[in-house]
Amino acid sequence: MSMIQVENLVKKFGTITAVDDVSFEVDEGAIFGFLGPNGAGKTTTINILCTLLAPTSGKAYINSYDCDRESSKVRNAIGIVFQDSSLDKDLTARENLMFHAYLYRVEKAERKQRIDDALRFVDLTDRADDLVKKFSGGMKRRLEVARGLIHRPKVLFLDEPTLGLDPQSRSNLWEFITTLPKLHKVTIFMTTHYMEEAEVCDKIAIIDRGKIIASGTPAELKKIVGGDVIYLRTTDNKKAMGDVKRLFDMEVSEKDDEIFISSMKGEACIPALIREIGERVLSVRMQRPTLNDVFLKLTGKEIREQNGTAQDDVKAMVRSYRRRHDRD
Amino acid sequence: MIETNAIYVIVAREFKKFIREKSRLISTLARPLLWLFLIGGGMSRLVPAGENVSYIQFIFPGILGMTILFSSIFSSISIIWDKEFGFMKEILVAPVSRFSVVLGKATSGMVLSTFQAVIVLCLFPFIGLRLDPLQIIGVILVSAVLSFALAAFGILLASFYESYESFSVIMNFIVMPMFFLSGAMYPVKLLPEVLKIVSKLNPLTYGVDALKNIVFPYETGRMSADFSLFTDLSVILTLSVVFVFMAGKAFERKQ
Repeated sequence: MSMIQVENLVKKFGTITAVDDVSFEVDEGAIFGFLGPNGAGKTTTINILCTLLAPTSGKAYINSYDCDRESSKVRNAIGIVFQDSSLDKDLTARENLMFHAYLYRVEKAERKQRIDDALRFVDLTDRADDLVKKFSGGMKRRLEVARGLIHRPKVLFLDEPTLGLDPQSRSNLWEFITTLPKLHKVTIFMTTHYMEEAEVCDKIAIIDRGKIIASGTPAELKKIVGGDVIYLRTTDNKKAMGDVKRLFDMEVSEKDDEIFISSMKGEACIPALIREIGERVLSVRMQRPTLNDVFLKLTGKEIREQNGTAQDDVKAMVRSYRRRHDRD
Repeated sequence: MIETNAIYVIVAREFKKFIREKSRLISTLARPLLWLFLIGGGMSRLVPAGENVSYIQFIFPGILGMTILFSSIFSSISIIWDKEFGFMKEILVAPVSRFSVVLGKATSGMVLSTFQAVIVLCLFPFIGLRLDPLQIIGVILVSAVLSFALAAFGILLASFYESYESFSVIMNFIVMPMFFLSGAMYPVKLLPEVLKIVSKLNPLTYGVDALKNIVFPYETGRMSADFSLFTDLSVILTLSVVFVFMAGKAFERKQ
């Protein structure tokens, strides 16, 4: 049975469609990755799933409860780590967890034990009574994950959990997150725009401009790219592209000042390429497929190419729209 | 759908933070002191006393009302901070009704404001007032009801604002006029007609008037209370209920 079920979900803010007919399912105990650039509709989807927003149309279920109509049951079944910290920085770590335990009606007899366990689990026992404002970014995230698990939820949402963390804390956090489904019997729903982080997922859905453009296991998705990718810098990219198309009957695209070619057997392909257009090649490199390439292949742009893109504009518009119409 | 666990923990959080923040405690107590002794002390040289009541004594209920007004509104406006710094999301995704959240916030405002009003109340011997135990209990009870009503009013205000830039707007255009037009510094009955009407629409007026009724019940003439205690209490109690339901409604909306 699926733990999360989303059917033809649509969310409009005025004339902007932030989530456009999205459907997917997540199995119990899986780590599900929701990938896409900033402003693609990831957070809006999470907000609908965790009952903060009502969908314009379509349905979302968690543990078979309707996210729109049975919000209280859904809220009991989920834990959330938001993109922006939602800790009270003027309280200690323990007090933040205590607040949560009361709010979710954790039995008095169990409260202290669960909080101690949670603190130990995220390695914050010796900082338990320090104010959260003294914590580093990584510690805050770990504390939020611990808090999200205090009431033993069925699903844990992680919205860009590694955003703003240094590489060291990021890899530590991932190591930690991958242990959660087994240790806590939770299903994990995470969003990220760092493609390489999504490798740990059992299943991935890639979203762009509010629509899911591909889904599957990381291995399945990489097959879309068709194996290895060879990047060439040449004296005349236009001419080189034409030659490759003509001589090898392979699809070639251009990005920045490089052209790139997908090939199932990259090692064997490079010598052949060099033989034909070798004198015009300035540099060659090959990459094993990554999820970033999948995204590039599907949309023709890099996932983290964000400066002044349409998505950012949409995000800004959605934000200002919501600010203005919050009272409606 | 009233969840006592949520109300309890919301109040506990506010109280803990209040106790921890010494500077906030000191500054909220400094304001009534300044008004009472610097303004009241100076003005009582200018304003002739009533039958039994001097000007500094006359403004004492008003200063209590001011303490309650500022701390209740401030406590509720902290919702805007919670929204801005993200903590509100923790509360909003929890399995508790919005109404319980509003009740918890209003109760926090009530507890903190009454606590501060009690401290200010301790100043009464220094300005030559005499209060019997029954009057003291009366003042505390009225303070509690008034605090609850104003805290609920504050939540209603806070639900219309998203960022803390709006804080100064609320302070300058709502809170300060409410204070000046409440009969705290001058009797409502001496105001020009137009201002009298505005004063009668001000919830704080009835709170301050109730306190005047209790603190100097036998005063007649200029410095006496403007309405009966019954009127005052009916208005404040009705408004507490109305405000808390309106705040609940304002909080419940989902886009």
